[in-house]
Amino acid sequence: MTWEIVIGLEVHAQLMTHSKIFSGASTAYGAQPNTQACAVDVGLPGVLPVMNREAALMAARFGLAVGATINRVSVFARKNYFYPDLPKGYQISQFEIPVVSGGTLEIHTPEGEKTIRITRAHLEEDAGKSLHEQFHGMTGIDLNRAGTPLLEIVSEPDMRSPAEAVAYLRKLHSLVRTLEICDGNMQEGSFRCDANISIRRHGDKTLGTRTELKNINSFRFVERALHHEIERQIAVVEDGGDIIQETRLYDPERDQTRSMRSKEEAHDYRYFPDPDLPPLVISEADLEQLRDELPELPDARLARFISDYDLGADEAVQLTSQKEIADYYENAVTKADGETRLTANWINGELMAWLNRCNTAFTDSPVSPTMLGQLVKRIQDKTISGKIAKEVFQAMWNGEGSADDVIASRSLTQITDSSAIEQVVSDVIARFPDQSEQIRAGQEKVIGFLVGQVMKATSGKANPQAVNDILKKQLLN
Amino acid sequence: MSISKKDVEHVAHLARIRVAPDELTRYQEGLANILELMAQMQDCNTDGVEPMAHPQDIALRLREDRVTEINERSSFQKGAPLVEDGLYLVPRVIE
Repeated sequence: MTWEIVIGLEVHAQLMTHSKIFSGASTAYGAQPNTQACAVDVGLPGVLPVMNREAALMAARFGLAVGATINRVSVFARKNYFYPDLPKGYQISQFEIPVVSGGTLEIHTPEGEKTIRITRAHLEEDAGKSLHEQFHGMTGIDLNRAGTPLLEIVSEPDMRSPAEAVAYLRKLHSLVRTLEICDGNMQEGSFRCDANISIRRHGDKTLGTRTELKNINSFRFVERALHHEIERQIAVVEDGGDIIQETRLYDPERDQTRSMRSKEEAHDYRYFPDPDLPPLVISEADLEQLRDELPELPDARLARFISDYDLGADEAVQLTSQKEIADYYENAVTKADGETRLTANWINGELMAWLNRCNTAFTDSPVSPTMLGQLVKRIQDKTISGKIAKEVFQAMWNGEGSADDVIASRSLTQITDSSAIEQVVSDVIARFPDQSEQIRAGQEKVIGFLVGQVMKATSGKANPQAVNDILKKQLLN
Repeated sequence: MSISKKDVEHVAHLARIRVAPDELTRYQEGLANILELMAQMQDCNTDGVEPMAHPQDIALRLREDRVTEINERSSFQKGAPLVEDGLYLVPRVIE
């Protein structure tokens, strides 16, 4: 029996405002507990929320970027539940009329482009944080996060595999960062994801019972958590059981999902329009300005990379997967004498490998775009070979200066003087008479061995193509 | 419009309001009356009337995105039963 997997995602993106959505308290991360929670945030009696204009505009900017309807009038509602990190006893959110309705996001899958529909995106306030560990059996509450503006972006159940879910999430992550509405920092919880998952038999029209997976805070965890939950559901159904609609928590340490204590009344939120807040109106003039100011979006940048830089789809997708990588690439290319593909290879290859190995962020790379561009230029003008360039790259990574500095200090300039190469080639032929004879006898493959010997004798500084040509000339003519 | 004692207990629990057993009947009647009034309103013909989310026909006032609040933790925490390391302490909420 094969199963069809159905996944929908809810993403909470913290908006990059300076102050909170309904108060003038700071949203800066990492402050001492409760020092950025004002009377509104702690829910003292008699206070009133006053909406942050920037948060509304950021939500609209997102809507425009995904081709959604921006609801000119949207309504804040109270979502009622009791939890100690929610001081008012309700969360101000949007329910019946969110600020953004509809929209789509294109993702790249092995089968090609796929459109994921966005149901809605609504504004809401974040709750505080509960710390359960170090307080001798009690829970500590930090309300600094309470009131931080969130955009909750809800997708339709359009994804059919964990890989598609990750692709959607990455695309969304890249988009909100390009729009500069969310910093996307998953460790700090600025970009959080809940997943709704169900399975059904291929061809079934109705959706299976879904479970909700919470607490998935990295792209890697998303894929693993979804895999585990799908396997669990399939095992339950194939054993003749039924899936129970519940919220499950992914535990990265044990690499499994487990049921959260079931709250039978958890979803009885009794939404109603918040009487403290009249409807949010976004003017046509504001929308017009937002449209004008919209930056180049990841999809447009991808298309431009393919057409203007003559890149393959896969390498262009990699380069535009993060704004920082795309910026790095464009900066490097300007220094690389038009070597668009070679520069792309170096970023997707050597640079990525070093960043991963040293666990370094793109923006912290010790090799700057200018440095990389100049290195590519030296490969292009044949000052050094691609092989030597790796040595130069490593030296630049370790702080030995620019490509030209390294090439000079380590005397790495490629030997282009063909008489010098010819001399070495003659020596090598003399040292390896057997192999030379084999080549003369027609076994041209053996030439690779001799090229290797010449490269060794020149410490890699000879141009391999020139060596190859000279060897052939000397042996075969 | 009727409402059961169980319904009363349910909404009381959701709102975290303690209702003594001998008060249940009174609440049951009171809530039934409110629902009766709602039922009357449901009968009104509202064709062509746009639903409204707020009794006044006004738009939300927006403020500029500026930090205007200062740290008032110490005065807020004077009223809290228990604090430690700047955190409010409450009975443990997870198992």
